[in-house]
Amino acid sequence: MADPMKIRATLQGDVADVRVLMSHPMETGQRKDSSGNVVPLHFIHTISAQLNGKTVFEANTTQAISRNPVFAFKVKGAKAGDKLAITWEDNKGDKRTDEITLGS
Amino acid sequence: MDTKRRSVLRGAGAAGAIVAAAAAGLVRPSPSLAAPLNKAAADAKNTADAMKALGVSGAAESKDILIKAPDIAENGAVVPIEIESRIPNTESIAVFIDKNPFPYVGTFDVSKSGVPFVALRVKVGESSPVRVVAMAGGKPYTTAKEVKVTIGGCGG
Repeated sequence: MADPMKIRATLQGDVADVRVLMSHPMETGQRKDSSGNVVPLHFIHTISAQLNGKTVFEANTTQAISRNPVFAFKVKGAKAGDKLAITWEDNKGDKRTDEITLGS
Repeated sequence: MDTKRRSVLRGAGAAGAIVAAAAAGLVRPSPSLAAPLNKAAADAKNTADAMKALGVSGAAESKDILIKAPDIAENGAVVPIEIESRIPNTESIAVFIDKNPFPYVGTFDVSKSGVPFVALRVKVGESSPVRVVAMAGGKPYTTAKEVKVTIGGCGG
């Protein structure tokens, strides 16, 4: 299981400014390790965010995203106390969900 | 007596298994119900093919998409970019890096968040235009910004 995400959200009026840091190697499949073997492709391909269980943001990504990806996005209609959950899933079937409460 | 019924059930079971296998391989079921990655776009080796695979080719140039990215990136492995669309009803934002081995970076669905904004960090293999396609009202709009890279982000 991957390390937890770091999620930070600040409320500006009813817009939540969300930043998330995921812990993931994001291998491109182009890199070789010290013994010259190609490191296989390993990347997050799907990300989604739910505000109180309702999907508010979705993304598909490829290996072109940097290692330990950072994303920021904004969600309208958020208020303090709302629960924001973010899920990612990678091409090896690994997935992780982390949740925070806004305004805390 | 009911051998026929049994065989029908068996047949249905086998068909069900195939459907389940296909679903597991192609459309990974996930509680988020997010759309799967467009494989054809991810495997495309140039931006035009990737755009075609995503159905966003023929995008009109637009000045209402703002890309904030460094003019010169020292480290191509981590290039921060921020994208904001001022086109009304922007539904999704797709990012391509023309000169990467696989230009397609990703698609960000902002239709439900209400704010057409996304920031991310990408790998840029060599100096290349960063191209953004925003879908708004079912129509694609595009803009690009050149990023110069002094150390590449692909390979070791």
